[in-house]
Amino acid sequence: MFSSNFKNNLKKNLEFFNLLPQLVLIFILIFLIYSFIINTEINLKSRNLNFGFDFLNTNTGFDVQFSLISYDGSSSFLRVYFVGLLNTLLVAIFGIFFATILGFVIGVSRLSSNWIINKLSLVYVEIFRNVPLILQILFFYFVVIRSFPNPEKSFIILNFFIANLQGIYIPKFLFVNFSSILFALLISLIGIIILKRYANKIFYDKGKIIPVIKISLFFTSVILILFSLIGQVSFTIEFPKIVKNFGIINYVGGVKLVPEFIALLFSLSLYTSAFIAENVRAGILSINKGQKEASRSLGLNDSQTLKLIIIPQALRVIIPPTTNQYLNLTKNSSLATTIGYPDLAAVFAGTALSQTGKAIEIIFIVMMTYLTISLLISFILNLYNKKIAIIER
Amino acid sequence: MKKIRINSFAVLAFVVTFIFTTFNANANQTRENVIKRGSLNCGVSQGVPGFSNADASGKWTGLDVDFCRALAAAVLGDPNKVKYTPLSAKDRFEVLKAGDIDVLARNTTWTLARDGGLAVEFIGVNFYDGQGFLVRKAANINSAKKLNNVKVCLETGTTTELNLRDYFNANKLKYEQIGFTKADDAVAAYDAGRCEVYTTDKSGIAANRTKTKNPADHIILPETISKEPLGPVVRGNDENWVNIARWTLNVMIEAEEYNVTKKNIDSLKSTTDPVIKRLLGLEGDLGKNLNLDNNWSYNIVKLVGNYGESYEANVGTKTPVNLPRALNASWRKGGILYAPPVR
Ligand SMILES: N[C@@H](CCC(=O)N[C@@H](CS)C(=O)NCC(=O)O)C(=O)O
Repeated sequence: MFSSNFKNNLKKNLEFFNLLPQLVLIFILIFLIYSFIINTEINLKSRNLNFGFDFLNTNTGFDVQFSLISYDGSSSFLRVYFVGLLNTLLVAIFGIFFATILGFVIGVSRLSSNWIINKLSLVYVEIFRNVPLILQILFFYFVVIRSFPNPEKSFIILNFFIANLQGIYIPKFLFVNFSSILFALLISLIGIIILKRYANKIFYDKGKIIPVIKISLFFTSVILILFSLIGQVSFTIEFPKIVKNFGIINYVGGVKLVPEFIALLFSLSLYTSAFIAENVRAGILSINKGQKEASRSLGLNDSQTLKLIIIPQALRVIIPPTTNQYLNLTKNSSLATTIGYPDLAAVFAGTALSQTGKAIEIIFIVMMTYLTISLLISFILNLYNKKIAIIER
Repeated sequence: MKKIRINSFAVLAFVVTFIFTTFNANANQTRENVIKRGSLNCGVSQGVPGFSNADASGKWTGLDVDFCRALAAAVLGDPNKVKYTPLSAKDRFEVLKAGDIDVLARNTTWTLARDGGLAVEFIGVNFYDGQGFLVRKAANINSAKKLNNVKVCLETGTTTELNLRDYFNANKLKYEQIGFTKADDAVAAYDAGRCEVYTTDKSGIAANRTKTKNPADHIILPETISKEPLGPVVRGNDENWVNIARWTLNVMIEAEEYNVTKKNIDSLKSTTDPVIKRLLGLEGDLGKNLNLDNNWSYNIVKLVGNYGESYEANVGTKTPVNLPRALNASWRKGGILYAPPVR
């Protein structure tokens, strides 16, 4: 009687004891945040500054070199926020794409039995992940603009590709009735998904392999041609044109890749790919040797073994740390400021902040934005990770 | 259980006192803080020869640097007790507002939006300037009116980028701006050919042109597209400090007007001229108005020099920056430098 009562009491007390420090901690945290807010308010008031987001509607008065949406100095600060955000997303998405491909290739090469490939990829990894990123960015930028020719001596391939130190110019395709093409692509996509399902079924039921890729390519081309004809799709090409103004030569029109973007994309991709390569290597090494031997004894060749047995299992190990690298790449893109690429950090947290003095508001918006992007990336990759995780039975 | 509660209260009490002692610490007492610290924190540029520039040994010199030295001489009696913080255009005001520096002396243009909107105070003008353009001679351009379809390298967070847009829009000319956070990078990109034009205040152009590979290959176009009165800035919530900074600059300017120099100041001690007597702190007690010793103004001229001396030594026609006095001469000599009376 006594002992069980005592035990119960003790248990309750222990629970409380465990909980108490945490409650105190939460209380302190809330208090800290609260006093930060109050203090900021007092300080702002004492300096005759007001807090608010009204400035977002006023015009900026400054230009930005490169934007995916229409923008000039008469646009609002809200618009320049989107200009920066889109530029950040642009470099992040392409950066992740190239870093992933490169990372996989280098990671697999690191395990190659070919001595040269093996050592070359080792050198690659060690160089790119050990030199600070900011130096790589500056290096690439000044190498790009110093080693490319002047506009007068541009490197030209038949008007289709023009390169000089002010950028790379390619023709722009302007489509009429572009929606038919989108429609064709949509139909092909649905077709391919159905085909893939069917191929899987046949493979498991009858052990027959259907060449999905070849059929898909053929199918897509046929649909594209068919729809283009029916939908009367046509296009004109806008070539970059040379413009001369006194001793200054310029190209205008077409699609232009500015050196700031090229240098940033290049260095972000190379730097991050070195880390992804190590993740890939670790992932592959984590797979038991027996798997490979078993696969070989079933008659699968080297590349089939890698593709069907090793990589799918290795992915489970590769994806979580690679998610980290994607987040790093996105956040590192804010180093763009140094070379004049107008990303979110440069254009909004930099220029807009210094022109308005709205430090708290702008930093808050920018922090929330990076946080949202990061959470989104994690969310998507977590979904994928769940899909390929070992299903516990 | 009780014990824990007491502990958590102790923690709480600690946190509260911590918060209230660390915040609000530096409002309204910059002078006291500088004296207690024994040194002045001065925000300068990341390198504009003639205005604020560090040599290989880390020694800072320049017109703006001399202002910081004069301020340290006035408050601490020693012009060398200054700690310099190089700042980009876009960071300078936030660093000042945060209290990390006591004064910003970094070719900063006095504008309404900054004076009124940033809780800072411009204490005067130490260089009257205007924005210009640097182009390559080979471009064959002799007027800013002929700049069309050009790429312009500049530093962001400046009045420069605002004026640039105004100018090109007003003249219906097309341009593309490539903005950097360091003048050095903007100049390097221009020099490598990324831009046909480099723009900033004309003083900055003269200074930065010396950083190109071959300065003789470039020319400054004749047009001046804006007014850029450059001056030191302090926090607006400290009246005493605002006055100390303002009158330090005024003393330098008035000393030149009355021919009081570093060299002759001691020989002037027997003067009967009341203006000079006041400048030397021999008459009246002007220092009291600023909560400083009466020899504050003597120290400025004796230890740093008057405005003209500082000008000639740093940016004058005998220096590589080579800027004639023009607007920056005393009002008695055809310029517009005019200090209110130090009395
Ligand atoms: N006076 C203008 C511009 C001043 C400015 O920042 N100019 C640049 C270009 S010379 C500079 O001084 N940079 C020096 C540095 O990067 O620290 C302003 O106050 O906004």
